[in-house]
Amino acid sequence: MSKLSVRNLYKIFGRKPKDVLEKVRNGLGKEETLAKTGHTVGLNDISLDIEEGETFVIMGLSGSGKSTMIRCLNRLIEPTAGEILIDGVDIVNLKKHEMQALRREKMGMVFQHFALLPHRTVIENVAYGLKLQKVDRSKRREIARHWTEVVGLKGYEEARPSELSGGMQQRVGLARALATDPEILLMDEAFSALDPLIRTEMQDELMRLQAELHKTIVFITHDLDEALRLGDRVAILKDGQLVQLGTPEEILTSPADDYVEAFVKNVDRSKVLTAGSVAVDIPTVGIETAPDALLKELAPVYSGTAYVTGPAGRYLGVVTAAELRQGVRRGDKDLREVVGESAPTVDTTDTLSKLFSVAAASETPIVVVDSEDYFQGVLTYRQVLEALDNSDTQVASTATRAEPRQAELAQS
Amino acid sequence: MFDFLGRSFPDWEIPLREWTNSAVNWLVAQYGSVFDAITDALLFLLVRVEQGLAWLPWWLVVLAVVALVWHAFGRKIFPALLMGGLMILVGTFGLWSEMMTTIALMVVATAVTIVIGIPIGIFMAKSDSVRAVLKPILDGMQTMPSFVYLVPVIMFFGLGNVAAIFATFVYAVPPVIRLTDLGIRLVDKEVIEASRSFGASSRQTLFEVQLPLAMPNIMAGINQTIMMALAMVVIASMIGARGLGQEVLRGLQRGDVGLGLEAGLSIVILAIIMDRITQGYSRRGQAATQGA
Repeated sequence: MSKLSVRNLYKIFGRKPKDVLEKVRNGLGKEETLAKTGHTVGLNDISLDIEEGETFVIMGLSGSGKSTMIRCLNRLIEPTAGEILIDGVDIVNLKKHEMQALRREKMGMVFQHFALLPHRTVIENVAYGLKLQKVDRSKRREIARHWTEVVGLKGYEEARPSELSGGMQQRVGLARALATDPEILLMDEAFSALDPLIRTEMQDELMRLQAELHKTIVFITHDLDEALRLGDRVAILKDGQLVQLGTPEEILTSPADDYVEAFVKNVDRSKVLTAGSVAVDIPTVGIETAPDALLKELAPVYSGTAYVTGPAGRYLGVVTAAELRQGVRRGDKDLREVVGESAPTVDTTDTLSKLFSVAAASETPIVVVDSEDYFQGVLTYRQVLEALDNSDTQVASTATRAEPRQAELAQS
Repeated sequence: MFDFLGRSFPDWEIPLREWTNSAVNWLVAQYGSVFDAITDALLFLLVRVEQGLAWLPWWLVVLAVVALVWHAFGRKIFPALLMGGLMILVGTFGLWSEMMTTIALMVVATAVTIVIGIPIGIFMAKSDSVRAVLKPILDGMQTMPSFVYLVPVIMFFGLGNVAAIFATFVYAVPPVIRLTDLGIRLVDKEVIEASRSFGASSRQTLFEVQLPLAMPNIMAGINQTIMMALAMVVIASMIGARGLGQEVLRGLQRGDVGLGLEAGLSIVILAIIMDRITQGYSRRGQAATQGA
């Protein structure tokens, strides 16, 4: 079961949303609806599932419905139709006080303009959610002090929000949202009002915290770079409709339509695409293979190099046809004696931006392994460059990259 | 010639006069006891406040005013001493006890106005339709010549201080209602959303977020209300309120320009003192909510 499921969610703004709903369901577009009925379509048939512990980014330009979307998730805005399931419970039908209890216990929210209480100190702001939970004063100050420290504001407990910079104020906002230990964190353009440098800093901070806390985060942004950087999965909204939902790499490499493609064009791909997504999986050779048998089999794939894995499938090293020939001549009977570590290895999660120097320096393809050292494929500098190319020739290069995969399929 | 075009207004008649008169009479006859009860309660309160002020030694009152201005003004000593000096000046006019009577009237009238005005302002901020109904009524209350409602007020509450309080209320309540409404509406929407998103009830949001953040505006409304109440002092004395207003009226009736000036100056001094105190607190509230 997903942590948070949205089913056929509609939001129509205007005097008689229920009357207009049928027309929108029958396919009346956003602009026509506004022209014909004077109603604004905020959300149009949104369905998606958000898994526990993932950072789910909802991306769109202004008017795309993303702010409406996140406010429907805690019913700051009442949806017109549809279901919102949290842990399988439809919250749309909850009574007012039940909804308030749910917000107190399970949800925290961070706002674009911080939305701190200006008449309260930092620590009182951080403790606000706890106060609403009726945690007693000394206990909530203790918890608030802890979270103030976690976000790096130790020493500012008694300051007023107006005495802090924007970045620091948003740290308070983050601490306030985390202090109640909510399962779901809603972040509404949380970093959009910050300077670029501070924004990157806060993104890092969020990723650092998330690595420890494993919250279910719903993050709204209009910035695709931010979406791709933070999101485990990204949903792109346009005119209240879900245009595409996928991992950052899926969105970069196969945009669903022209709208997404236009966005993707300006993205720094090297910071999003990972070695794992670009690597070409090729057949490996087991360590138990006899050297002379391997030499015969070693087809001229990738300049006659074999990638050798151990009994459990863990990557051990490479051996070239030339080395193998020498080994056989020497009379080596075991592959272990000829396998070397001449090829550089990188992790699947490394972004391409980290691979430039490695790729440039290496004569042989780079070996990509996962965190457990399982072989995931290889990567040449050519593939790195091709992956970064986002011009129209992309189509052709994707095709060439797919070839080895097919070859592999044919073999297995 | 051209008489057929209707030069004079035809005798279409809307008998608003009769309706009003019979309505007022009906109210007095039907709810006389209710009005009497209100009168008694307010009179009781007023007499207590007045007696209390009269009982206090004069120098203690001056000291209290000095302390209040000092506190309101961020602990500056000069304005505080100046206000104290001005109070003593009124005493030298021989109008000390009249000033105490007027202060008592102001305190009760302002208290009634605030106690009724702020909740109305809150309702107005919460509902656009309440606002649409109230706005023209408030405009009317402020522009209607006050003599118009002096008569029904006397009919309901009799001559004297209580009638004066109600006349003052009608005249002085609009600003506090308007500025409470405005103050609440001006509170940052995102901050209200934040409060709700952490599970606050609308009551909690009102008392912990909206009202504190609207406080500078509400204080400005209270300040205006007090100023308008002071402006009513002379008119109120026409329906039997005592105090400084009565002295102004007496000066007018006797052609005693000097007495009129003394009493008039005393009202101005009272206005300055009350204005400084409320403005001082209003500004401090602003500093607290906006952190300036």
